Amino acid sequence: MNCEECHEREASLHFTKIINGEKTEFHICEHCAKEKGEFLPGSNSFSIHQLLSGLLHGDGHVPNTPSSNFIPPSLACEKCGMSYYQFAKIGRFGCDHCYKAFDSKLNPIFKRVHGGNTLHAGKIPKRAGSSIQEKKQLQQLKQAMQQYILNEEFEKAAETRDEIRGIENRLQQGRDS
Amino acid sequence: MSLERFISDAISPWMKREGPESDIVLSSRVRLARNVQQFVFPIVAQKESAYELIETVEAFLAKEKNEAEAGNLEILMMEKLKPIEKRVLVEKHLISPNLAEQAKYGAVLMNEDESVSIMLNEEDHIRIQCLAPGFQLEEVLHKANEIDDYFEKNVDYAFDEKRGYLTSCPTNVGTGLRASVMMHLPALVLTKKMSRIIPAINQLGLAVRGIYGEGTEAQGNIFQISNQMTLGKSEEDIMEDLASVVMQVIQQERAARKQLQDGLKLQLEDKLYRSLGTLENSRIIQSKEAAKCLSDVRLGIDLEILNGISKMILNELMILTQPGFLQQYAGEVLTPEERDIRRATLIRERIKLENR
Repeated sequence: MNCEECHEREASLHFTKIINGEKTEFHICEHCAKEKGEFLPGSNSFSIHQLLSGLLHGDGHVPNTPSSNFIPPSLACEKCGMSYYQFAKIGRFGCDHCYKAFDSKLNPIFKRVHGGNTLHAGKIPKRAGSSIQEKKQLQQLKQAMQQYILNEEFEKAAETRDEIRGIENRLQQGRDS
Repeated sequence: MSLERFISDAISPWMKREGPESDIVLSSRVRLARNVQQFVFPIVAQKESAYELIETVEAFLAKEKNEAEAGNLEILMMEKLKPIEKRVLVEKHLISPNLAEQAKYGAVLMNEDESVSIMLNEEDHIRIQCLAPGFQLEEVLHKANEIDDYFEKNVDYAFDEKRGYLTSCPTNVGTGLRASVMMHLPALVLTKKMSRIIPAINQLGLAVRGIYGEGTEAQGNIFQISNQMTLGKSEEDIMEDLASVVMQVIQQERAARKQLQDGLKLQLEDKLYRSLGTLENSRIIQSKEAAKCLSDVRLGIDLEILNGISKMILNELMILTQPGFLQQYAGEVLTPEERDIRRATLIRERIKLENR
């Protein structure tokens, strides 16, 4: 296909514009694109943060209870001072505490970005996370125990229960000391 | 400086080793994004806290210099580098364009063979990057984890039980892991299969990008496949998903190469020899044409159609013919037209170094 501007060179850039449902297509070569400027790759391409920002602003479109969609203008992080609106605009958190401050708004965002996931399932820092690791293990063991009971594998369920008690005792001692 | 010396200095030592599946996979990379609990993230950080982070890292590295798993790390402060020096680091993939251009108080730590680079005060406080030649995802993750554990001994990471490692951008939260593989896929492009493979890979939650050049058009038929999701999957699962897709793409590329050799041997030979001729004879060459010809020549080497040329030529020249390196070799700032002339000269001289 030849360029729609110069009709000489091969069209290498293809655009589809949809404005209010009206679709228009352009096929132009790189040379003409540079001259026109508006089609220059990069000049009107979205960065990941712009895209994200669009997602974050789209918060209101998520089917949810109406009251939970309302974002008070005062919603801001106490640690770094970033407001939710700023966060939505730049698509980046200002500090670790932002995650707590905006917690109620984050699940829909994470779901969209991470294929429906909202909870971490990976590595846990060794030093800071030893108790977290045990808590995770505890959760897994409890699930396993339920499964054993359902399957009527009571011996295994009893073994798992003892294991759970052991970890619970350790966690309790850690808290007391 | 002689060309041989320039190339040997310019190419990262890790790149000179050969890795598994290196006829198709050029390199494997893992990046871990980490932040330190006590500081706000770099986008809102003031000068003092940004410097404090760098000082904190420098202090514990100095203290334990001999047991650092990463070996001896050298620190480079962005503000002390010339623009052209930063550009060269970007072209070697040792730092991101963002660190070179935007980060106000950025720094990078590198080990001797440049297989480890750790960016400080980029979008996140700490970004650990490990590189290896060929298809070695497990090895690079292992290395990155070692360095991560070493850092964690000395600083408190921003970590949350529910959300994992907390990052500035919501797209990195959880594992903070971005794993990628750089692949040379000329036969899949030539047989027009790539346009069907890319959407299929996207559907599996992985991204495919041309690593050189803009948008989906990959210069030199070099594509990067990487994970998109970082939350809700373990590091091992993320790597396994990526590795299994990469293995399939390798098999597809090998099948497409065989198909070309069986069906269109003469046409293929003609194309590859012409590209070699262009590289050996051109006096002015744009990066796009150079990349295309280099890709052809590398395919010719892999298929044993072209002999007596080093496999490394594609990897080497894709890096060295970028604007930053051309200007560093010239020792001056060059216009795009001057660069096209220098590029042609550098490629001709490089091919002459081969014993043919």
